[in-house]
Amino acid sequence: MIEINKITENNYLLITVSGEADASSSIHLDKAIREAMDENGPNILVDCTQLEYISSAGLGVFMSYIGEISNRSINFIIFGLSEKVLKVFGILGLDQLLTIKADKEEAKAALNAV
Amino acid sequence: MPYKFDIPSSKNKLRLMRKYVSDVLVEHHVSDIETNMIVLAVDEVCANIIIHGHQQKGSHKVSLSIDFNKEGVAFEIIDYGHAFDIVSYKAPAIEELIKNKHKGGIGIMLVKKIMDEIHFSSSSDHNKLKLFKRVTFES
Repeated sequence: MIEINKITENNYLLITVSGEADASSSIHLDKAIREAMDENGPNILVDCTQLEYISSAGLGVFMSYIGEISNRSINFIIFGLSEKVLKVFGILGLDQLLTIKADKEEAKAALNAV
Repeated sequence: MPYKFDIPSSKNKLRLMRKYVSDVLVEHHVSDIETNMIVLAVDEVCANIIIHGHQQKGSHKVSLSIDFNKEGVAFEIIDYGHAFDIVSYKAPAIEELIKNKHKGGIGIMLVKKIMDEIHFSSSSDHNKLKLFKRVTFES
């Protein structure tokens, strides 16, 4: 079960992801990010404070945008990962290939520093 | 006596299996972080069986059993679908997956990073996957 909300705030789009991103639900995460990449940008913040679980399907969604984020110079910042979810990003080193900040303040600061 | 759980062959229901495994591990004083990692590895192999081995046919059964010894936790997963030997499977490099914008292909990598031992065997009618993870049990 996953819930995704999108809100435009100031100079960025905020995507809020709650629940579990697994083999059945990650398709919704992909759709939301795809739409954000196509319609919004260049500033996208992803709030994962309420993300309780992520499997390879969810990681794979984020992984598939790494190249596009870099090629299109999109500021794509994930924040609010719990310790256990952050560890899952770290298993394959995806935490080093995506921009991950501790909380919303840090994410906004990173955006404004660009 | 090992714990046993029959996994419904539907990826929408994997969360029921995760809840079961998570509850059993927490009951045995496995930390939250390790529990999440172990649940993830079991989730990946079960998702793989359901999506690729069974093509999501609800009638196929996947049986999971969990057993503990003082070094860690052992899982045995038996299914009756197409055999997929994850031990022999060579995953592509992650750089290659990123370059080609793949969304899949990393589940088995995660299982191999998380688990300490993986054994696969198959006979004419079923496949058996055994996973072992060393665990420090919290007192």
